[in-house]
Amino acid sequence: MTALERLRPLALSLIILGLIFGIWALATMGGSKGQVVDDEYAKLVGAAAASGQKSAFPTPGDFLEKLGGHLADPFYDRGTNDKGIGIQLAYSIARVLSGFFLAAAVAIPLGFMIGMSRTAFAALDPFIQVLKPISPLAWMPLALFTLKDSGVSAIFVIFICSIWPMLINTAFGVASVRREWMDVARTLEVRPVRKALRVILPAAAPTIMTGMRISIGIAWLVIVAAEMLVGGTGIGYFVWNEWNNLSISNILTAILLIGVVGMVLDFVFSRLQRLVTYRD
Amino acid sequence: MSFLQVQGLKKTFPGVAGSEDLIVFDNINFELHRGEFVCIIGHSGCGKTTILNVLAGLEQPSGGHVFMDGREVSGPSLDRGVVFQSHALMPWLSVRENIAFAVKSKWPDWSKAEIVSHVQKFIDLVHLQGAEDKKPAQLSGGMKQRVGVARAFAIQPKMLLLDEPFGALDALTRGNIQDELVEIVQQTHQTVFMITHDVDEAILLADKIFLMSNGPQAVIAEIVENTMPKNRSRTTMHHDPQFYSIRNHLIDFLVKRAKAIASGQEVKPQRPVVVRPGLLPKAA
Repeated sequence: MTALERLRPLALSLIILGLIFGIWALATMGGSKGQVVDDEYAKLVGAAAASGQKSAFPTPGDFLEKLGGHLADPFYDRGTNDKGIGIQLAYSIARVLSGFFLAAAVAIPLGFMIGMSRTAFAALDPFIQVLKPISPLAWMPLALFTLKDSGVSAIFVIFICSIWPMLINTAFGVASVRREWMDVARTLEVRPVRKALRVILPAAAPTIMTGMRISIGIAWLVIVAAEMLVGGTGIGYFVWNEWNNLSISNILTAILLIGVVGMVLDFVFSRLQRLVTYRD
Repeated sequence: MSFLQVQGLKKTFPGVAGSEDLIVFDNINFELHRGEFVCIIGHSGCGKTTILNVLAGLEQPSGGHVFMDGREVSGPSLDRGVVFQSHALMPWLSVRENIAFAVKSKWPDWSKAEIVSHVQKFIDLVHLQGAEDKKPAQLSGGMKQRVGVARAFAIQPKMLLLDEPFGALDALTRGNIQDELVEIVQQTHQTVFMITHDVDEAILLADKIFLMSNGPQAVIAEIVENTMPKNRSRTTMHHDPQFYSIRNHLIDFLVKRAKAIASGQEVKPQRPVVVRPGLLPKAA
């Protein structure tokens, strides 16, 4: 690829970004737009409040200014409802990772068992099929009632949503280890534990890692909704709080950062996936 | 008593949807002596690989027994090394690690240095110096199969089972590996049971060639004793007057008699008949 060919997609990306900001700027141009609320409500709050000085939706300039402010000081803590966006993200990431690794600690050994034993597979399959399609948030009331702690409940919701892809992929990866490798292990009289760790695990690792990558993606999707429900801390709570403040700029900042963090998590797992993938 | 005894071996597969069971082979009897190199030849589907898998302990026969060294074979064992048709190397391990995995399975108490030097000896034996740290995907077909051979030899089994190991290789590579195999077997006096489709390969390598009739209900019909001198080589053996007598006998069997025995045109022997076509007087 020549330098020009490499620059072409970059240039196009920049043009698309420019277009987005351009349309955004056009759409949010103009000052007072007259009355913006319902007639009855206008009577109630008075003309000034009803017409508003400006739409609540920020211009790109407002947004960038807010974003710059957040990025310049992400870790301040001025009480319950005023924490830096970095702190909120850190809470969310910590919840996602603890729920995710708890799920991995259960799903991978269990998936090994299901993958190796037809009986275990047949016995657990109905449970998996029923539990898998349940929205993780449906567990929330149950979690809140039994665990009695909103933070722990959020972790539980992450746990329950990230367990299925890992469980199913591990079982599938283990069950489809090529027979010839198992035959090699058998003729070499490899003991069960060594066979599991040195033959089955590396053989199934790419499939397991795919499951982990799917799980972390889902966990990051779910944490925002879960934190909106449990409140207190986290990026989901931040978004909900800023909605109550009607600070669209802050919401947009959070949305952008949620995307960036999700991308980073996926990138890390794609790297791990590449590390365990073998060429045949 | 001979080293390996196979008595009345039988394998059936359940018939499809209530039909009768399919008898792949039945009444397979033969013996192997220590240090013997035996090739088994027969058409696809006659059950050669199943026999080899039973000898390896990877498959259970439907009937009959296999004894090695006076003990019944009931499952896989480090006493029997297997070279698989598809080489069966672990793609996430390098050449050295693949062989070391086998060595460590056989001698779990060995130190790292002992394992490394033992592995190197067998890498040298199959002339893979310089490829030790490569992954199987980076190797040619011939090199992969060499690793498979080295892995099987490295555990120094009492018997080696080779399932058509060179079938997928080009003629030139196959010739080179055959030469190496001859060399290794002469050094180690290994007992070998090998499946092949290549008549010339069988004549070069084997002391005895088992001829198997077509399935179903296949049997080992004949045991051809190779009466050519032990020191025969791939490049000169076709000048030996015995060579074509043996070769013609094998080919005649494969193209005509394997089918004739299956269809009943020729009598199915209860025990394999031992023949020495190399010593037959030339039909003048």
